[in-house]
Amino acid sequence: MQKRVVSLWFPRLPSDRVLRARPIDAPFALTQRQSNTERIYCLNTQAEKMGLHRGMGFSDARAYCRDLQSRPADLNADQRFLQTLARWSKRYCPWVGLEGSNGLALNIAGSAHLFGGETVMVDDMRHRLAQAGITARLGVADTRGAAWALAHYGKGPSTVDNTDAQVAALPVDALRLTEKTGVALQRVGIRRIADLMALPRATVTRRFGREVLLRLDQALGAQPEEISPLSEAPHYGVRITLPEPIGLSADVMAGTERLLQQLCAKLETHEMGARILQLTLRRVDQANQQVELRLARPLRDVARILPLFQRGVDQIDAGFGIDQLRLEVTQAEPLPAKQISHTTPAPHKGLDDLITRIGNRIGLENVQRFLPADSHIPERSFSIAPAAYSEPSGTWASPRPRPLRLFSPESIAASGPQPPARFLWRRMSLNTARATGPERIAPEWWLPDDNWRSGVRDYWKVETKQGRRLWLFYTPQNPCWFVQGEFA
Amino acid sequence: MASQFMYDAAMTSDFHNSFPLRTARTHEVCGPGALFFAFALGGQVGGTVLWVCESRRDAQINPVGFAPYLDPQNLLISKAREQKDVLAVAEESLRSKAVSFVVMELSAPIDLTTGRRLQLAAEAGGATGLCMLPEGMGSNAAETRWRCAPVPDAKDSTLQRWALIKNKSGTLGVWDVRWNAETRRVIVVSKAAQ
Repeated sequence: MQKRVVSLWFPRLPSDRVLRARPIDAPFALTQRQSNTERIYCLNTQAEKMGLHRGMGFSDARAYCRDLQSRPADLNADQRFLQTLARWSKRYCPWVGLEGSNGLALNIAGSAHLFGGETVMVDDMRHRLAQAGITARLGVADTRGAAWALAHYGKGPSTVDNTDAQVAALPVDALRLTEKTGVALQRVGIRRIADLMALPRATVTRRFGREVLLRLDQALGAQPEEISPLSEAPHYGVRITLPEPIGLSADVMAGTERLLQQLCAKLETHEMGARILQLTLRRVDQANQQVELRLARPLRDVARILPLFQRGVDQIDAGFGIDQLRLEVTQAEPLPAKQISHTTPAPHKGLDDLITRIGNRIGLENVQRFLPADSHIPERSFSIAPAAYSEPSGTWASPRPRPLRLFSPESIAASGPQPPARFLWRRMSLNTARATGPERIAPEWWLPDDNWRSGVRDYWKVETKQGRRLWLFYTPQNPCWFVQGEFA
Repeated sequence: MASQFMYDAAMTSDFHNSFPLRTARTHEVCGPGALFFAFALGGQVGGTVLWVCESRRDAQINPVGFAPYLDPQNLLISKAREQKDVLAVAEESLRSKAVSFVVMELSAPIDLTTGRRLQLAAEAGGATGLCMLPEGMGSNAAETRWRCAPVPDAKDSTLQRWALIKNKSGTLGVWDVRWNAETRRVIVVSKAAQ
């Protein structure tokens, strides 16, 4: 089949990316550290007009242009942005490949007519990219090499039918040669591709190696050159359409089981586990009903996932019937196969499923566990983590007894640094029988905490004659007594 | 002396007939010492303990404080919005066979239907349930009901008086107990005067 290739070149991709997020109407440059010097990596048109160029030392550039604004370059972010653009350009054709670090190659054969012809399509690309603030140059030709050459060196209209003549008029650098070969060709006076085409082929190969003719043939179409499309991220979604609508909960569960089997097989080949699943049930009146399942552990086991759907499916209003079921994993996590040995603790399958079921009722983040934290402050000596996203860990040891229950400090009327003999707490009159203390705890000044503004605290364990054993504290810097906890 | 020993043994066995509470049943506890009762029992039952409470409560159980009684690694806490959800979560977990002990912190009275549902769930799953309730708010479906209060003592700061005030399958009783840190068990000090 005849190929038709659009080559997109983004000459200012890194700076366009940064300026899109934060537009600046001034000379702007991205800098990169190369062998102990900051050098200009990419710059905008205004900076170019001031006489700056790539590879220039940044301090020189600042001397030329005093209001130059700059940012450090981020090559990884640039690559991610190029991937985003590649994904975007799939709106034009499915066959998109990367071209170096700042270009794309699109095989538009067979899809141009969907946009009203090649010219309209290319204009649309140019218009949309300009609107997005991305400088782009386009070349359209029958081969990838020629499209690249036209994008980089072409002048005037880039869409041509007579590609060979256009390409022949371009300089030899348009053939994607290495710099050394390009210079060697220039040195013997071959400046245009037409000059190269006029030479006998055997002498060219002998003198400059096979690369020159390979690139020439690729540009002219004598040698094939493929565009390798990017691999798509796997999509974990399956659906089933029914000839007759169903309405019974058992039927929906049976349909879900079939979908789960397909889905789990796919998850298994990719060594992934589902974390959030969404079951969409389409009714005959086109209203969608959705059941979301959040799992406490990544799973790909049909027998375990299916019963967890029961509660959600029971709450569905089937109306006049359901004729399509769609099951999708909206969040997947890696779940590699694990070796089982005799030291591997048995997984808490039942407990994980229980957490899932409770979580679907009250929210998965509301099922929590305690983890030890390294702090002397009583309320910060532990942390609370969602049980679904944490493992039990750490050891719990306290040199001094701590209350079973902590509450926010409740003020009591008392004075002096010694615990009061009588006090009133929660409308109970209490008499101190024995007081153990004080234990001084200083606030952690490196963490701002409004509750500890009153300074250091002297904690006392007070056993009352009425039985209650309370945890009192006194703040010497701001004399006041409080109750903060209760012991066994 | 011998008679004293026999009396002690009888009293202790009397307590141990009731104290590690009957499994596959739900029980109730009230009074200011209820928290200690729950943790001491949770440590003795073993396995995973699920603590269900309402999220708007200000007071917070302190893992550093209860670590001597029950390893916080074995405890899961689930915070529900209202008492209806607390009961639903508790029923689900009692039935699941995944946890061995479920504690519910309740603030409103529960009726006979609710109590019976919890009882049936506990029987199905073989787990022990414990409702922590304010005094006088329990349901008749509970297997046992305890009232626990700390007792002042010159030497010991773990002394508690535990009164068994309702028992479906045995006698009532009142015991003074304390925590033995070496054996990590509750031991009976003396049978309190009735």
